[in-house]
Amino acid sequence: MWKARPEDNNPMSTNPAQATTSTPSNANAASTFNMPPKDNPKTNTTFSDRADVGHIGKSVVIRGELTGNEDLYLDGEIEGNIDLRDHKLVIGPNGKIKATITARDIVLHGRVEGNVSAQERVELKKSCTLIGDVSTSRIVIEDGAFFKGAIDIKEGQNRVEPKKSSASTGASGFSASTSYSASSGS
Amino acid sequence: MSSPNHSFARWFKGTGSADKKTSEDAKAAQRTSRRSIGLGEFMRCLKGTGEEKLSVLDLGSTSPTNIAFLTDLGVRVFTEDIVRASKDQGYVVRDGEGTETFDVDRFFKENLSYPENQFDAVLVWDATDYLPEPLVKPLVDRIYSVLKPHGTLLAFFHDKDAGPDMPYCRYHIVQPDTLEMEARPSLRLQRVFNNRHVENLFKDFASRKFFLGRDNFREVIIVR
Repeated sequence: MWKARPEDNNPMSTNPAQATTSTPSNANAASTFNMPPKDNPKTNTTFSDRADVGHIGKSVVIRGELTGNEDLYLDGEIEGNIDLRDHKLVIGPNGKIKATITARDIVLHGRVEGNVSAQERVELKKSCTLIGDVSTSRIVIEDGAFFKGAIDIKEGQNRVEPKKSSASTGASGFSASTSYSASSGS
Repeated sequence: MSSPNHSFARWFKGTGSADKKTSEDAKAAQRTSRRSIGLGEFMRCLKGTGEEKLSVLDLGSTSPTNIAFLTDLGVRVFTEDIVRASKDQGYVVRDGEGTETFDVDRFFKENLSYPENQFDAVLVWDATDYLPEPLVKPLVDRIYSVLKPHGTLLAFFHDKDAGPDMPYCRYHIVQPDTLEMEARPSLRLQRVFNNRHVENLFKDFASRKFFLGRDNFREVIIVR
């Protein structure tokens, strides 16, 4: 009916998580994780920089099952299952996950295809894309996050936080026994 | 289901200019409150069913407020931003002559892919005014398929005074009969329907009930 504006033809321009990792937005997002805490007060910065947090970089590709007993910052590609049970998982802006995720707290900046289950809280950041169902006690969705799926709020702890809360819940104590296993095959 | 009929009326008053984008951007973050009789009716339809947990599909822009509101009612919420998904240029196919067509089949394989009779209610909001033309009728057919018999649908329609720069809004349910509208100026209104065309579009459904707001925004409760 009306002629389209040029910006109407931008491919999914409102879905930044589908952009390539070389886009400025993602590059900026990635850099914030490496900034010193004094320059960037965001809790996520300290999370990824903490010594007791496992870190999987953006060049790492894992197919199989990933389990662990410590908090984890994950910026690579995973296909399979992720199980951190009582710990916190942060998917970085370069993260591309095709997996079922289970953790205590889950923060998503990147792209996830699969069901997500958190004992406590799920946070969907503005750059994230989540295609899958969510089961959690609390959920935070930032403006701009792309989410397609169902949400089940666990009984008895019904909490949905309309606006982003500034702080992450923090990680539980560091577990000395670290066992990330990446098995080959799908 | 009836065969697709794309000859919906499309008329409007408006400048059609895209020069207002800047001012629209400034308004984007603002929310305006609006009383919605249609929403109130929709909420009443959500109540009074059996003990089984209801499933509601929200086709608007993802709203944590809606998720909070609906889950507080004990409803299982599914969300799928159908308009935003339709803007993926991957669905546009160019033939040898450069003619562009929308790959409707692939779109509906990848979106709104649910079993029949899955949902008790669907919030369409004003998505039909913003979708590409080839998707409108198939969307209604798909909703008919996934909606349970006697399930309820809430849809909004702009009137002829709306111009192409009428912003696409994210709707937040703050009360059972009150919405907050948050403009998202990156999308353009594609068409307006008059009442007869709305009737035709949803003619396979059992009933259609119109509520006309003071701002000439039409809210329609449709029951399968």
